[in-house]
Amino acid sequence: MTQGLYAVIIVYSTSQALQIEKLLLGEGITCKLIPVPRQISTNCGVCVRIHRRDREMVLKAITGTQIQIEGIHDV
Amino acid sequence: MIYLDNAATSWPKPHSVPEAMLHFLKDIGANPGRSAHRLSIESARVVYGAREAIAELFNAPDPLRVVFGLNVTEALNLVLCGLLRPGDHVITSSMEHNSVMRPLRALERTGVELTVVKCSREGFLDPGDVEAAIRPNTSMIALNHASNVVGTLLPVASVGQIARERGVLLLVDAAQTGGAVPINMQADGIDLLAFTGHKSLYGPMGTGGVVIGQRVEVHRLTPLKRGGTGSRSEREEQPDFLPDMGESGTPNAVGLAGLGAGVRWVLDRGVAAIQAQEQALTQRFIDGLRDIAGVTVYGGLDASRQTATVSFNIDDLAPSDVGLWLDEQHAILCRVGLHCAPAAHKTMKTFPSGTIRFGMGVFSTADEVDVALHAVRRLAVEGALSEGR
Repeated sequence: MTQGLYAVIIVYSTSQALQIEKLLLGEGITCKLIPVPRQISTNCGVCVRIHRRDREMVLKAITGTQIQIEGIHDV
Repeated sequence: MIYLDNAATSWPKPHSVPEAMLHFLKDIGANPGRSAHRLSIESARVVYGAREAIAELFNAPDPLRVVFGLNVTEALNLVLCGLLRPGDHVITSSMEHNSVMRPLRALERTGVELTVVKCSREGFLDPGDVEAAIRPNTSMIALNHASNVVGTLLPVASVGQIARERGVLLLVDAAQTGGAVPINMQADGIDLLAFTGHKSLYGPMGTGGVVIGQRVEVHRLTPLKRGGTGSRSEREEQPDFLPDMGESGTPNAVGLAGLGAGVRWVLDRGVAAIQAQEQALTQRFIDGLRDIAGVTVYGGLDASRQTATVSFNIDDLAPSDVGLWLDEQHAILCRVGLHCAPAAHKTMKTFPSGTIRFGMGVFSTADEVDVALHAVRRLAVEGALSEGR
């Protein structure tokens, strides 16, 4: 199986996805808002796609805020 | 034309407001966040930008605690009807607008206890009277920040301190002050701040909301409406987190594009600078009115203790006749009557005939104030209205 490039951060609402996008872009971390992949959640909203290599940096950035995430999954 | 009805709706708007709305309609247009394609996300970004602007203006703890709705009335209904339960006691003032008074009177019939604390005839409230009204079952104090009739400011920060000490929530109706008077939710001890977009935030009608502070137990809030939120779509129950729990259905995103631009304009200009400008005009108008024989001016007569809204009467002329004459003869647009606030007029002893209300805004000028004073002088001193009969 080939190793994928990305991980997605699952959040509770679009507003939280936008908060995370702003936070990450402010830290110089590349990200993109995309529809939540069907295999991960039935949530119809958006999630934040990041590069797997940035995973630790991303988690560290989010931990310092009041933003709550539902989970982070490789895709 | 001289527009002096800013206390109802501000007009004109800064150019950036219609520009943001037109840009949204022409170039974005999609449903915010629902679909996750580029336009949907851009639309969500616009709405989130308005949330951030509101949070910055009022020093809210988190942009996600800004719940948008149609106007301040809807926001007040959400928090009053959503938080108060039979057996709870709520305190309000005798200067409230019907947007607070009518929901409270309806809740009273369901078993919520209500105390209306009397204000002075000028519209001022003694915080000690609020404290004295607190009972063991008091759960909320609901106050306007400034009267929509006479502009007098209520001491929300003093009441906020009392509310904190006594473990009571403070709801402030900032319809008349948001963008015109500095408001700092966290420093002033405000737990629930209801605002409207179309007055001193310079947004369009159909925008407003409430900022929900951290002392409010969100799980106790019953939403007014339930429906699609673009989140938790697998569940048939309403989400329990902010802002989604209070924002069902497609929002007025084009309106919020305008509101965001309006609030950014206010932030760039500075609330303190706007307040200073409006206070100078207000004092000019109050002093000018007091110089005219036969005119009664209501309120504290001190611009530093009120907004740019001034209420007055001319001898025994009916406010409705004065309003029509000002519009027809001088193209001066104001509002006359009871201003949806019968309690305030009873407090001021101007019920049921009401008053003539001039509401200045950030685009009002000293020249306009002088022309308005000249018109009032024609009515009061020269008897212009009786000549025309």
